[in-house]
Amino acid sequence: MKIIVNGETVISDAPDLAALLVELGKSEAKVATSVNEAFVPKTMRSGHALHDGDRIEIVAPRQGG
Amino acid sequence: MPTFYGTEIESRLMLGTAQYPSPAILAEAFRQSGAGIATVSVRREAGGDQAGQDFWALIQELGVAVLPNTAGCHSVREAITTAQMARELFDTNWIKLEVIGHADTLQPDPFGLVDAAAQLTEDGFEVFPYCTEDLVLCERLIEVGCKVLMPWGAPIGTGLGLNNIYGLRSLRAHFPDIPLVIDAGLGLPSQAAHAIELGYDAVLLNTAVAKAGDPVAMAKGFACAVEAGALAYKADPMEARDMAAPSTPVFGKAFL
Repeated sequence: MKIIVNGETVISDAPDLAALLVELGKSEAKVATSVNEAFVPKTMRSGHALHDGDRIEIVAPRQGG
Repeated sequence: MPTFYGTEIESRLMLGTAQYPSPAILAEAFRQSGAGIATVSVRREAGGDQAGQDFWALIQELGVAVLPNTAGCHSVREAITTAQMARELFDTNWIKLEVIGHADTLQPDPFGLVDAAAQLTEDGFEVFPYCTEDLVLCERLIEVGCKVLMPWGAPIGTGLGLNNIYGLRSLRAHFPDIPLVIDAGLGLPSQAAHAIELGYDAVLLNTAVAKAGDPVAMAKGFACAVEAGALAYKADPMEARDMAAPSTPVFGKAFL
């Protein structure tokens, strides 16, 4: 399956968002996620199935004004 | 001292965390500023990147309240999703809501701002709206549940100071019980002092400190300025007048 993670194309077989984060080494990181522009809370990542073409955003705390 | 959504903050200075020459200078600038609130953002974290995690550790060491923003969002949906992600990341209902309407001036989109503020308030957020000094816009923001207003002094990053003194003064007069914060556009401590002298509760700045030649000294300068402004406001300043009035008594002057 071809998905877009933070703007970049990724080939993944992760069945859900939680599995994708494990694949990317981010399962323990302080990050928040969205799929197709909708927020997916941490507690809902497991079971949030991913599909071909999904657009996933993974964000972390950053500097801001 | 200002109280935002029931939380009293021991400083009239709110400081951004972007654009500092180094994390160490950021930390020292915060210490010298005495700022009680740090603004932060959420941004993409690349593959093996640990920058976000390192930054979060630094912020926690500062021991200040955290105010996440929705900087760079141009649509209501974008701002709402960003706010939701920020709430989970930073474990706070506070959100500095930015819905940008114009690319050159970074002026808030007043229509999108009210819409987003209403939806976020409904969802349990405590919204700090980055707005203009437009009285009607500010009334609408309060109507949809905002208990703080953050009008710009001037466009973000310009350092132009307070562009519309009349509008800002009018806002203060119309909303005596709403905490008001000047957000954006300040470049010098004197401008911050002026804002507090007008009766504003706090100022929020970033570039003025971070991009100064010596950010730590500038942070201290702003800390002194907001303290001076608060003392002046409390001291009930004299009325300005057009005609000169001698301060030295005329009576008793030698007749020469």
